[in-house]
Amino acid sequence: MSPRAAWQLEALGFERVYDFVGGKLAWLEQGLPTVGRGPHFAVAGEIARPDVPTCHLGDTAEQIERTIAASEGSFCLVVNDESIVLGRVRRRDLPEDRSRPVESFMQWGPATVRPRETLKPLAERMHGAGVATIIVTESDGRLVGVVHRDEAERLLEERSPDPSED
Amino acid sequence: MPTNVGLDELLRLLREEDAQLVEVLPAREFEEEHLPGAININLKTLTPEACEQLDPSRPVIVYCWDDL
Repeated sequence: MSPRAAWQLEALGFERVYDFVGGKLAWLEQGLPTVGRGPHFAVAGEIARPDVPTCHLGDTAEQIERTIAASEGSFCLVVNDESIVLGRVRRRDLPEDRSRPVESFMQWGPATVRPRETLKPLAERMHGAGVATIIVTESDGRLVGVVHRDEAERLLEERSPDPSED
Repeated sequence: MPTNVGLDELLRLLREEDAQLVEVLPAREFEEEHLPGAININLKTLTPEACEQLDPSRPVIVYCWDDL
């Protein structure tokens, strides 16, 4: 739709016309603010924390132990140079032999969700599965951040309608 | 010829070149949720009269729901 609009504007004499590829969806996926009367649904990208400890293939268990210790969490994501998520290591996955490389004990291909994932059903699924965190990536696997279930539930609680206002 | 832009370039155009945003979706969808600063000109009403609210000396960025 917007490519046709761009061509129409150009036909009407506008000289600098741009078509935003990705549109409103791409904007929303980044958790950027919007305007309007709603309904607005909280999405994963809005609350995903980008400050995730990461490591790379070849890193040793000793290095990863230090990385996890320096963070507030209990895991580390394995990414490549393009920030594509390859795997995950939890503290409890660390082997006794701290010289082992991460690829020998990491969890390959962990579950991820997209930034546009609606938060309420996501939080409910996480609750049902007993999952405290979920990784958020773009559709190409690029790391966006991690959603913490407790933060998601808090946000949903804050945004839930106040019955006293009825 | 119109130029395709991604999010980074869109943000730059808004920040540095005072670009104008036009959502071409139906009014109901615009009223529910749109990008800050955007105006709504539905594709079917994209006429010379409707475009009088746009400044031809500034960049114009159009968008819809996704890239389809």
